[in-house]
Amino acid sequence: MNVLIAILTLVLLAVVIAVISAPLRATRSRPDGASRERSELEAAREAKYREIRDAELDYRTGKLSREDYEAVDRALRGEAVEILNQLQAPSGPEED
Amino acid sequence: MAGLGRACLLLALAVCAYGIGASLYGVRSGRTEFAESGRRAVYALAVILTVAIAVLEIAFLRNDFAFKTVADTSSRTTPELYKAAAVWSSQEGSLLLWAWLLSLWASLALFLTRGRMREVSAYATAILLGFGGFFVALMVIYATPFATTSPVPAEGVGLDPLLRFPTMAIHPPMLYSGYTLCTIPLAFGMGALLARRVDAEWLRAVRRFAFAAWLMLGVGILLGARWSYAELGWGGYWGWDAVENASLMPWLTGTAFLHSLMIQEKRGMLKVWNVSLVLATGTLAIMGTFLVRSGVLNSIHAFGGATLGVPFVALIAALIAGSIYLVVSRRDMLRTEHRLDSLLSRESIFLANNVVLVALCFVIFWGTYFPLISEALTGQEASVGPPWFDRYTVPLALILVLLSGIGPVIAWRRATLANARRNLIAPAIVALLALVVLLVAGVAHKPFAIAMFCCAAFVLGSIGQEFFRGVRARRAMAGEAPPLALLALVRRNRRRYGGYIVHVGMAVLFVGVAASSSFQHASELALTPGKSARVGAYTIRYVRPTATITPRFDTAHTGSTLSLGAVLDVSKHGRHVATLSPSEGYYDSGEPSQGSVGHLIGGQAVSHISMSAGVTRDVWTAIAPNITTPALARIVTIGNRTLPPEEAEVAIAYLARAYLKNPPPAQFHLIVSPLVMWIWVGGMIVFGGGLIAIWPAPSAVRRRVSVRMRARATQGLARA
Repeated sequence: MNVLIAILTLVLLAVVIAVISAPLRATRSRPDGASRERSELEAAREAKYREIRDAELDYRTGKLSREDYEAVDRALRGEAVEILNQLQAPSGPEED
Repeated sequence: MAGLGRACLLLALAVCAYGIGASLYGVRSGRTEFAESGRRAVYALAVILTVAIAVLEIAFLRNDFAFKTVADTSSRTTPELYKAAAVWSSQEGSLLLWAWLLSLWASLALFLTRGRMREVSAYATAILLGFGGFFVALMVIYATPFATTSPVPAEGVGLDPLLRFPTMAIHPPMLYSGYTLCTIPLAFGMGALLARRVDAEWLRAVRRFAFAAWLMLGVGILLGARWSYAELGWGGYWGWDAVENASLMPWLTGTAFLHSLMIQEKRGMLKVWNVSLVLATGTLAIMGTFLVRSGVLNSIHAFGGATLGVPFVALIAALIAGSIYLVVSRRDMLRTEHRLDSLLSRESIFLANNVVLVALCFVIFWGTYFPLISEALTGQEASVGPPWFDRYTVPLALILVLLSGIGPVIAWRRATLANARRNLIAPAIVALLALVVLLVAGVAHKPFAIAMFCCAAFVLGSIGQEFFRGVRARRAMAGEAPPLALLALVRRNRRRYGGYIVHVGMAVLFVGVAASSSFQHASELALTPGKSARVGAYTIRYVRPTATITPRFDTAHTGSTLSLGAVLDVSKHGRHVATLSPSEGYYDSGEPSQGSVGHLIGGQAVSHISMSAGVTRDVWTAIAPNITTPALARIVTIGNRTLPPEEAEVAIAYLARAYLKNPPPAQFHLIVSPLVMWIWVGGMIVFGGGLIAIWPAPSAVRRRVSVRMRARATQGLARA
């Protein structure tokens, strides 16, 4: 029984070492500042899209007047385009 | 196999230490391969702890009493399901369950966020491994599940009979899943602060896990309430017990966070508040574990003596100090980007909802921890009972339910008074109708219950109106049939409509709570066969006694040696309603000093309630038979004196027969509670709504929506 436990423990240890050390054996990669910026902007873009859709649903379900909706929608689209411009800017992060 | 379990714990501790070091080195030096290796350490931890828990499960299922925890919490007569669940009935087993669930959820979170937020993830990895390491260290140093006994006993003590119920098999894993999931937003929140990246991305990453934590914790709380109601002998589902409160507090702050994060996502506001809520929720989850596991609830003085108290206090102090430091030191980057456009907007309703939720949490925190602090300072036991909690929580719950009806009909950013008035008319009429019906029904003497029913009706009206208008708008746009339009509406706006369904579920749940607590009829009395008692509109007659012997024939399947009960006939206005069979199980104490017969029934006696549950009311019954009459006690005494252990069951059979022949008066607890079922129905609606809200849209759909929105945003601007 003790031998079996020792073997099982060693197998587990080997698996753990293999799993943990795999990235250290692979080619090095540097953190990519551009991709980080890109992820942030993409998250902001998706949040803005959601806001635009929510405003439209609020309008269609009678919670916003037409004037208010148009004002809110215009502002939100402006903000969305600003984010899209940042995503497409030559100095900014590249498109996937 | 205990050796393999112990080796797993040591290996797990080493992996945690390595993972923390690798993650921190990786993020500080910019060497991503080390951060990646740290992340993989979490996966490795999950594998190791899965092996450890499998070793323990196998030991329980094989009745391996060489494991001390198996000998202490299981036995050959314990039914198989409860043997499997007995793993987490002990201190050490529940610590292993905690660490294992943490490793699984953390692995999932880090897998789903791989390749994104590298710095935040690296810090989060270190923090999650810190929690994992803490719990593994507790098992290595203080309470190992792999301790062995020598000599190996022939039989175990058995699982506490109170825990031999199906809901108890899943209640702890659900609750612990909720607790451990709460630490994931905390880890990512701290990671975001440490990496100085408190942007939309970390919020997007933690949102789903915060929701999952909220859902799991909610299900765990409800299962605990169900166990309390349907299994324990006191007839209630919530007693403001410290352990219940400990799980409710992170759920409340988690609820607040799920609302306020939407404000940050949309408006860039409430950053300090959101990050504080995330940190508070995670810390409250750890405090909940502390309350249950430190021994502090037995006595404030026990926790110093109980080995786990001091390490837990140290961890909680570090969490609180670390959270305060991080929030204060990063306050410049947590500045709000916008201000409220209007006091009449969904943002302001959400803010009010947050204030109420946090106030509720504060009241419960005070009522739970104040007696402990007071006892620590004065040395005198103090406790705060349900009336104290009710005084503050009932009005706050009323406001909360009302707000959950107002919020959905108010627009984001700005709503005009005219629009708000128009949208609130229909829900107000529904609430008014409910009030009229209630007054006609003659229940005016319970103002809080009436107020809750009206608020719930308001919520149902408001959400019903939202669905109606949404479907109408969808039909106008796409020309779909109503069922298709409803399906498309929910599918395209899962968070919004899933959230609305959650609101409906909560309103239904609160109706059940208000009705069952305000209009309950209860009676405790002794009856002999043939006698009746009246409870509310029901007549309950004790028809005849019942008795079963030996764990094999235990009708409740909980492994009791002897079970004594009664057949009750429930009728209303002379018409038969139900036949109920409550009983009380007597268990083997495993204590030879009680004698060969005495120990077979000398363990804890546990009530097995019987009820007729219905849509409008539950009739709930429990029995406490009297087995200490001189005639019955004499059977045990003579059996102890004359029967060897292998024949002792003969005396139990004789005792059962004697009880059936001359049943002494039995004490009955009879309750008629209206609408209790709606608490569980409401809970299921909440769960269903939560699943809809949390379920991700297929990636193809997300891409399609994203492309369409992009076109729409740019076109709109061109036109403007």
